[in-house]
Amino acid sequence: MLIHKDKLTEYMISNKYQPAVIFITSLLALALLFWVADPALIVNGILLGFVFALGAIGLSLIYGILKFAHMAHGDFMTFGAYLAFFVVSTIFGNKIIDSDGIGPFTFDYPILIAIPISMIIVGLVSVLLDFVIYRRLRMKRSNVVVMSMASLGVAIALRAVVRMLWGTQPEHYPRVSKMFYQLPLEIRIPPDNIFVAAISIILVIGLYFFLKKTRAGKAMRATSDNPDLAKACGINTERVVQGTWFLGSAMAATAGVLLAISQAQLLPFMGWKLIIPLFAAVILGGIGSPMGALIGALIVGLAMEVSTGFISPAYKPAIAFLILLLVLIVRPQGIIKSGN
Amino acid sequence: MDISNVLIYLSGFIILAGIYGIFSLGLNVHWGFTGLFNIGVAGFFALGAYTAAILTSQTPDPQLFEDHLFGGNLAQLLDFGFDFWFFVGLAASAIVCAVAALIVGVITLRLRDDYLAISTLGIAEGVRLTFLNESWLANGNRGLYRIPKFLGDLVSPSNYDLLYALTVLLVLAVLYFIIQRAVNSPWGRVLRAIREDEMTAAASGKNVARFKIEAFMLGAAVMGVGGAVYTHGVRFIDPFAFEPFMGTFVIWVMLIIGGSGRNIGAILGAFIVWGIWSGTQFIPGSGGEARFLHFDLANIRYFLIGALLIITILIKPDGVIGEFARIHTAIRRLRYRNLEHNPEED
Repeated sequence: MLIHKDKLTEYMISNKYQPAVIFITSLLALALLFWVADPALIVNGILLGFVFALGAIGLSLIYGILKFAHMAHGDFMTFGAYLAFFVVSTIFGNKIIDSDGIGPFTFDYPILIAIPISMIIVGLVSVLLDFVIYRRLRMKRSNVVVMSMASLGVAIALRAVVRMLWGTQPEHYPRVSKMFYQLPLEIRIPPDNIFVAAISIILVIGLYFFLKKTRAGKAMRATSDNPDLAKACGINTERVVQGTWFLGSAMAATAGVLLAISQAQLLPFMGWKLIIPLFAAVILGGIGSPMGALIGALIVGLAMEVSTGFISPAYKPAIAFLILLLVLIVRPQGIIKSGN
Repeated sequence: MDISNVLIYLSGFIILAGIYGIFSLGLNVHWGFTGLFNIGVAGFFALGAYTAAILTSQTPDPQLFEDHLFGGNLAQLLDFGFDFWFFVGLAASAIVCAVAALIVGVITLRLRDDYLAISTLGIAEGVRLTFLNESWLANGNRGLYRIPKFLGDLVSPSNYDLLYALTVLLVLAVLYFIIQRAVNSPWGRVLRAIREDEMTAAASGKNVARFKIEAFMLGAAVMGVGGAVYTHGVRFIDPFAFEPFMGTFVIWVMLIIGGSGRNIGAILGAFIVWGIWSGTQFIPGSGGEARFLHFDLANIRYFLIGALLIITILIKPDGVIGEFARIHTAIRRLRYRNLEHNPEED
């Protein structure tokens, strides 16, 4: 399709200057935000954004390579969080009741052991689900809509499993109360959120280099661009798909655990409730781009928190959706990917 | 067992299964005939239910309610010896939903399928949040509970369910015939053409965007009527009734299991799934206090619904009686006949 573009837009979206343009634009936007909104809200928004980012990275990977809207991602997060809860509460039991937690954080070493365990189990479950459900649909060359619908079924069933195994009452990891960091302008930062932010930055950078530099990452990108051509070039696309499921779902599990830490609560609905902010972040950042998912998540988190300064906080979830709708109408390819 | 108890149970079942049958019919217009992936049924459900409830119930007494202000009081205003207000409520719900669908459709129907799905899910949540938070309009999370009975004076309160079950079946039948007429008309054939291949339909000179919006409005209006019928059947609505699971996904499972693309399949699916759903409500649970290895079996019904959806998609994508396979084979046959090509070689 031929699209007429003026010189400025062409300059703005040319790949060479894109990172710089985005960086400067976001700095300007941030400065504008600090001018109009309460700084405490902005800091909360950034912290919320990092929580979203963890889930959005995995969702973006799955969406980018498997090409369908994976509705069960939020429930994979919930499942991962509850598996970690199983490890810390049932396996480690009450051994850590009188611990002091690690450094400034509210959790102790068992959760750090529980995260990898939960990642592996959730990853394997998703590969198994792919083998049982999605692979058959791929074989039949089913529509992406049918895949999405099947993932809705998975979401419902997985949430039911969580409810059957752990009940519907709120749970929490063993935790120790810790002081928040107090900054000027009444900004308060829970130390746990620093941990969340660090993990999500590490994951984004790790995934970025994995996709850019390693052989497996290149195979993933090739499969994402054109599955048939990738297959013809000798890439085992089924293996790539399984790898994608494992990676994306393992990240979802991490995201679930960190979400449960940051909100100090586990509920069977907690992952599903994030599905709209997550999709907003992924589509805003450009499907398949880990960096984009992070930036998109930060924007969504910021917008949701800053909005509470102007309208009732009850409408916070709707803000994520409004951003999503705006992006879909104005720039459906996302802000990071140039229109190719 | 007493025969009247059976009748009461049966009429309760028919009311809800029939109402879900109406939603399933509406969704069939969207997905079954036009291929619109709408997972925001709950939005139209809520709009329809609240429109009817707000219009027909009494204006709230300011002494009893703090900030709930609005009630149309139609049940008193339009009392012409028979319950004329009921039909006004149904029509108003249908019109409100059709207008909402027009607005939503103009914005979202040009989006890709998966984007449309996410947008409709978000819109449904937005509608629910609005009714939850604007307490002057709908009494917030306390819900509306002074909803009048249709034909309430005609029978004793204990027989109301029986009477209302017949009403639901009547509405369902009327809607079935209207939709059946619509989709078997030339207009309906265009919708199917769009579902099968949008490009070809456009190339044949059909205004695809316009047909899609019309279908979206028709389906939404049907869902609005369903919402209104739900309101007077249950006579208590609060925003929690319109959460995505009961408001949207159950209806999708009904349509897929019954067979999308066939109206009779949509209704059959509603009765099958509602049978499973209400049949499993007596499974004893542990009251939400499950710990690991102590199963809370009551939640197995949610699992069943999800698993049924997956199994149907995998094994019998046409549902119990569907149209897709038939049409696909017919198209393939036509195509090969035109090409004079042996299908076995392909």
